Amino acid sequence: MRSTGSYAHQRCVACAQNISNQKLVQGILDSIPSPEAACLSAEDISPSSNGPRDDDPDDLFAEATEEVSLDSPERQPILSDGPSPAITPVTPVMISPRVDVFDRSPDQDEDEEENRDTFDIQISVSDPEKVGDGMNAYMVYKVTTKTSLSIFSRDEVCVKRRFSDFLGLYSKLASKYMHMGYIVPPAPEKSIVGMTKVKVGKEDLSSVEFVEKRRSALERYLLRTVKHPALLKDPDVLQFLESSELPRAVSTQALSGAGILRMVNKAADAVNKMTIKMNESDAWFEEKQQQFENLDVQLRKLHASVESLVCHRKELSVNTASFAKSAAMLGNSEDHTALSRALSQLAEVEEKIDQLHQDQSYADFYLISELLGDYVRLITAVKGVFDQRMKAWAKWQDAQVMLQRKREAEAKLQYANKPDKLQQATDEIREWEGKVQQGERDFEQISKNIRREVGRFEKDRVKDFRVVIIKYLESLVHTQQQLIKYWEAFLPEAKAIA
Amino acid sequence: MTSISEDSDKEKVRSVSVDLNNDASLVIDIPDALCERDKVKFTIHIKTTLSSFQKSEFSVPRQHEDFIWLHDTIVETEEYAGLIIPPAPPKPDFEGPREKMHKLGEGESSMTKEEYAKMKQELEAEYLAVFKKTVQVHEVFLQRLSSHPMFRKDRNFQIFLEYDQDLTVRRKNAKEMFGGFFKNMVKSADEVLISGVKEVDEFFEQEKIFLLDYSSKIKDATAKAEKMTRSHKNVADDYNHISGAMNSIAADNNTAFKNVCVFFLIVCVLQKLEDRVASDQELKLTELLRYYTRDIQAAKDLLYRRARALADYENSNKTLDKARLKGKDIAQAEENQKQCLRKFDKLSESGKKELTSFKARRVVAFRKNLIEMTELEIKHAKVRRLKCCVYHDMFTQQCSGSHGKPGNMREF
Repeated sequence: MRSTGSYAHQRCVACAQNISNQKLVQGILDSIPSPEAACLSAEDISPSSNGPRDDDPDDLFAEATEEVSLDSPERQPILSDGPSPAITPVTPVMISPRVDVFDRSPDQDEDEEENRDTFDIQISVSDPEKVGDGMNAYMVYKVTTKTSLSIFSRDEVCVKRRFSDFLGLYSKLASKYMHMGYIVPPAPEKSIVGMTKVKVGKEDLSSVEFVEKRRSALERYLLRTVKHPALLKDPDVLQFLESSELPRAVSTQALSGAGILRMVNKAADAVNKMTIKMNESDAWFEEKQQQFENLDVQLRKLHASVESLVCHRKELSVNTASFAKSAAMLGNSEDHTALSRALSQLAEVEEKIDQLHQDQSYADFYLISELLGDYVRLITAVKGVFDQRMKAWAKWQDAQVMLQRKREAEAKLQYANKPDKLQQATDEIREWEGKVQQGERDFEQISKNIRREVGRFEKDRVKDFRVVIIKYLESLVHTQQQLIKYWEAFLPEAKAIA
Repeated sequence: MTSISEDSDKEKVRSVSVDLNNDASLVIDIPDALCERDKVKFTIHIKTTLSSFQKSEFSVPRQHEDFIWLHDTIVETEEYAGLIIPPAPPKPDFEGPREKMHKLGEGESSMTKEEYAKMKQELEAEYLAVFKKTVQVHEVFLQRLSSHPMFRKDRNFQIFLEYDQDLTVRRKNAKEMFGGFFKNMVKSADEVLISGVKEVDEFFEQEKIFLLDYSSKIKDATAKAEKMTRSHKNVADDYNHISGAMNSIAADNNTAFKNVCVFFLIVCVLQKLEDRVASDQELKLTELLRYYTRDIQAAKDLLYRRARALADYENSNKTLDKARLKGKDIAQAEENQKQCLRKFDKLSESGKKELTSFKARRVVAFRKNLIEMTELEIKHAKVRRLKCCVYHDMFTQQCSGSHGKPGNMREF
């Protein structure tokens, strides 16, 4: 597939040959870091090191990063469409056969082994099937789990699940873990418009696309969920993946009692957030929270732009195909034989190019768009976790205030000399002392958990985007190859016009 | 006010018509043009060895309306009825860039500084492109005239080139004289007349069938090509927005994600380059198609005039027969008939020559354009492929070489 051997590595081939989302996610999956949270009390991450902030001193890209630094004037040449001087520092050494990744230190090999043994699970969501008719119809998906992990009862399990089952799973996990500071991956969003089309039975392209988008999103959701070491072991998750019958998750319906309760709670939370003024003593949290606020806004904007691009690309594709047809007609009408043939060939080239773009470059931007959508939802979950910490802090503070009041009450009673009430007051003081201690412990625990979770999140984020971009770069190379081939085949036809 | 000089672009610009300036006896080009609000002032540069001109090298400023006047006077000249009259250059259309400028002004507050600068750059480039296009099309019009044995001798052509003052006064007089009604006659119902005529001559029969069909096909192809180019512009705009968004994300984030963002930006830029090149080429193709749509119309006009001459001749025959029957005005009718026949024969003879050379011209122009377009596409694709390879290697090496656990990247 590639003519230059420098980057024809097995892994790259495996990565680029299969453009399906499944392979993409499996790529992410196979590169999971060692499960630092095999136990819940994981390593204590000090405020100064937050995951991949420390650059490897041998970072080959460090120099080049300076060239492409976003604040330097050298960046401009890259973003303009001429030859970019900023790239010239790259010596031919870089293009020659890549450093063999197997040349690694023994520690790294150990991690490798750990990876393989402790995280071997593949999940796929496939075969969407419509069950029922009319407005009561729903789609059922096949969920296949292949694993060698011992917590599962079998090597390979297949179950059938519907969309509300996924929502139900998320709902359970969120209620169990969010308040502890775990970032629970959110399930894909409901879409009334999308689903109605499917229910009504429209077999057109947009409903097929909708089902495929949803299937893929559900798969990514499950994979993200099991990637989380604590969630992987959760009984609800295991039940979801393994048991053939699952109790129907009715409370996920939008207009159910539970749905309305959820809306009310959300509103209440929003109000609380406004009234809690937390004294942030930890600079890390302050900084991170601001970062995530910014990232939320920026990602949404980016996502909107990419969706617009995907849309315009589709338009371009339609217009290119239409032009190709028109050029073919013109070729037919032309009475000069050689020119007629050349015009028909031109039409064919344009059609082929259009197909090429549809299969490759456009498809990849579509993947980027989906990934961005996932991250917009994930950031919301991250922000939720920070809010939970604020709540924990508030609870602790409230307990302290209560304790103070009880102490004051006891002091008053001592003056008033009522021995029976005094005993009760002392008991209450002890109770609230306990609550204060618990509140402080909870707050510290959630803070610790969040630091770890955020570190993991940031690593995953880098990985996820890297995967997509590498794939994109590879398919870009392939696209250019094909373009060269098509135009070089056309050139003699153009020259043959006489 | 914008002005351009085209020294380096002379070869590239003349893509729709070839070899028009080969005859050194009269060489015309438009080296410069000024844009003042709505009006474009072209500087025409003439070099000639012909004695009919007063000077051998000189320049003169002309407006678009002057070109239209020249075209109209030529159309209305009876003598040229048997020739394909070079199509008039279309009015300079700055609507696209102007609209964009308006949108840019409105959206300034919602964009980042860099995004704004980029869009402004794009806008200027678009403006320049429209400008170049209109200069080219006016230049080609004059060159078609100067390279044609009959048109180059036209009195009004000479006035256009030499008259050292404003032509506005002359234009007004001409309008009053002709009132433009002949033009209207030509434009209406020409296809009906052309197809209704019973053709005896095999050559003209073929030409008629071909031109009528080709005309509608090329109009359609031009419209579709224009739509495609517009789509490309939309996509390029999107890339601008995406780049802007990525910039702000990268600025805020830790190094690892920043590197990812940088590569995302590179991906956007590469993709945008591809689109820009593709749309440039298509623009060339679109210009070619547009020009020949107009030229085909000019050829059809010739057929129309010939068809009218034929109709006149047939009428004169009928009149002659009637006159013979009545025994009155026979001589007059005979003279009329002879004249009509002469006119028709003249039109047929020169028409045949013109249509044959038209086909040759068209084929040569398409060939040149298609070859140029293809060669540029190949060249750019090769450059992009090299860039992609370099970036890919840089990126994968960076991924595997840093951040603690290189084992994570074993898939890559």
